[in-house]
Amino acid sequence: MLLRKSSFIRRWLGPVAFAASLLAAPVAHAALEVRVDEGVSEPLPIAIPDFIGINPDASRMGADVANVVRADLERSGLFRPLAPTSFIENITDINVPPRFGDWRIIQAQGLVTGQATVQPDGRLRVDFRLWDIFGEEQMIGLQYTATPENWRRIAHLVSDAIYQRITGEAGYFDTRIVFIAESGPGLDRRKRLAVMDQDGANPVFLTQGDYLVLTPRFNPTAQMIAYMSYINDRPRVYLFDLETGRQEMLGNFPNMTFSPRFSPNGNSVVMALENNGNSDIYIMDLATRTSRRLTNDPGIDTAPSFSPDGTQITFESNRGGSQQVYVMNADGSNVRRVSFGNGRAGTPVWSPRGDLIAFTKIADGAFRVGVIRPDGSGERVLSTGWQDEGPTWAPNGRVLMYTRTLQTGANGVGGGSQIWSVDVTGRNERRVLAPGDASDPAWSPLIQ
Amino acid sequence: MTKVTASAKLATICAVFFLAACTSEEPVAPQASLPPATTTGPTGPNAPTSTIVPGSLQDFEQNVGDRVFFDYDGSTLDQTDRDTLGRQAEWLARYPNVVLTVEGHADERGTREYNLALGARRAASVREYLVSLGVSAARLETISYGKERPTCVESNEGCWQTNRRGVSTIRGGAAS
Repeated sequence: MLLRKSSFIRRWLGPVAFAASLLAAPVAHAALEVRVDEGVSEPLPIAIPDFIGINPDASRMGADVANVVRADLERSGLFRPLAPTSFIENITDINVPPRFGDWRIIQAQGLVTGQATVQPDGRLRVDFRLWDIFGEEQMIGLQYTATPENWRRIAHLVSDAIYQRITGEAGYFDTRIVFIAESGPGLDRRKRLAVMDQDGANPVFLTQGDYLVLTPRFNPTAQMIAYMSYINDRPRVYLFDLETGRQEMLGNFPNMTFSPRFSPNGNSVVMALENNGNSDIYIMDLATRTSRRLTNDPGIDTAPSFSPDGTQITFESNRGGSQQVYVMNADGSNVRRVSFGNGRAGTPVWSPRGDLIAFTKIADGAFRVGVIRPDGSGERVLSTGWQDEGPTWAPNGRVLMYTRTLQTGANGVGGGSQIWSVDVTGRNERRVLAPGDASDPAWSPLIQ
Repeated sequence: MTKVTASAKLATICAVFFLAACTSEEPVAPQASLPPATTTGPTGPNAPTSTIVPGSLQDFEQNVGDRVFFDYDGSTLDQTDRDTLGRQAEWLARYPNVVLTVEGHADERGTREYNLALGARRAASVREYLVSLGVSAARLETISYGKERPTCVESNEGCWQTNRRGVSTIRGGAAS
């Protein structure tokens, strides 16, 4: 099936070149830092005035950019943007050091100043500085340029730069989420393939809901989505090319294929194939379109996910009597169970850092998102919902999103699906903005 | 046997032929003999009798029973299920042009991918049993909907039982 090319999608998802230049030498040592692996009880107070502009257009864009940066950093749970009404100094020139005392009075530890400029060629240029208020030092000076409609990406890149400089970890704000947008009553649910920015902005619907779609996942360049579609009542894994809008069935299997996920190099898709009721895991090479069977067991095997180095695959199986998480070598050898807590465990997803596997823990009447180390040790439950499932990792391995299903009461009151996020420490659990009900989120890598 | 109410017919079958299954084995699966999706009209002594065309979709759904129900995380058929499928096999023998798609469904209390696999397993259970009763495999397709097509949306055990089902849907060849 071929969809019409969407110029909007192409413009939005197409590659954008950003010029970044270092305007000041990095300082040797900065006191301003957040250690994300330790117990961060208090988010870092940071002041982010509206970015300045030399004319009303630029001023408006500067204010919009600062707004998005504030929201990004606040949502991370690691920063506390201070109310602009509390600011004493009015920033008018970002090339002049701020009056540090004025910012110490309001207890800001970091200050972000910026300027938006609409260049003669129509492009938007944003310059910004990050200042360490107590060290009285500039920590970052960077400049980004893009077409004006990409102003939110510039803001996310600013957020990523600040996050990285202060935490020492890569950011995750210039990313997208592919997900399933849900609408309609529970007995007649409409599900559409959709993508949006990680903060819920710029949602785009890729299918129209006339057939069921499930479990989308990005490839490593975020240009391709693997997902499951029930088009023509044949549940199969499909690929959606965001550049061309083209949808294509992956392989030509006689039975249901489902639960796809790309390999870390993007060259193959690992998925489940059902045959006479039994599900096993297969891998398909995208160039040659040849597939290879990886598991051969009478139990259910599904939900495969590669380790970031591509050498191993975690998956779920009920071969031991109940749904549990397993790990095997990428060729299917050396299968071992890794979840041993009480209850069941499913939907394992390997962290992009390789250090953890996120999964759904089903125990004591609740579905919760948790993490374990790949050897099965160190189980921690992170989420608190009645039914949380299907985690996905931010590209830096610090934050997870997942589907939260709400309990439906008598006469169908309540219910619905939402996307939530939580820090890998278990803190900062919150709902992710999405256009209406949403499920099956999958995080993109950092956009190139 | 063309003019009976669904409830009367099912009650008779239950009482006369399958007493054991009706009385003791499945206290938590009342839908096996009377699924909600087929109780669309009034029932009881004063209910109007309907005219059901033999060999029709309605005949199959109301006089035979189009679905079986499974235990939580289960895909095995109990005696009630086998009885329902036995009636389906007889009916299919009588109407050899009918072709079916067996749908496998799960309740909401499972993860999405696992439920797709579980639904496939349930559909295969139904299909295999029908084949063992002499129905040609060529007449039986299967599809799993996982937890995506509930018939009941409340988050309680009663609804979940109703949703854990295998449904034989007529794809073609029925009388109209």
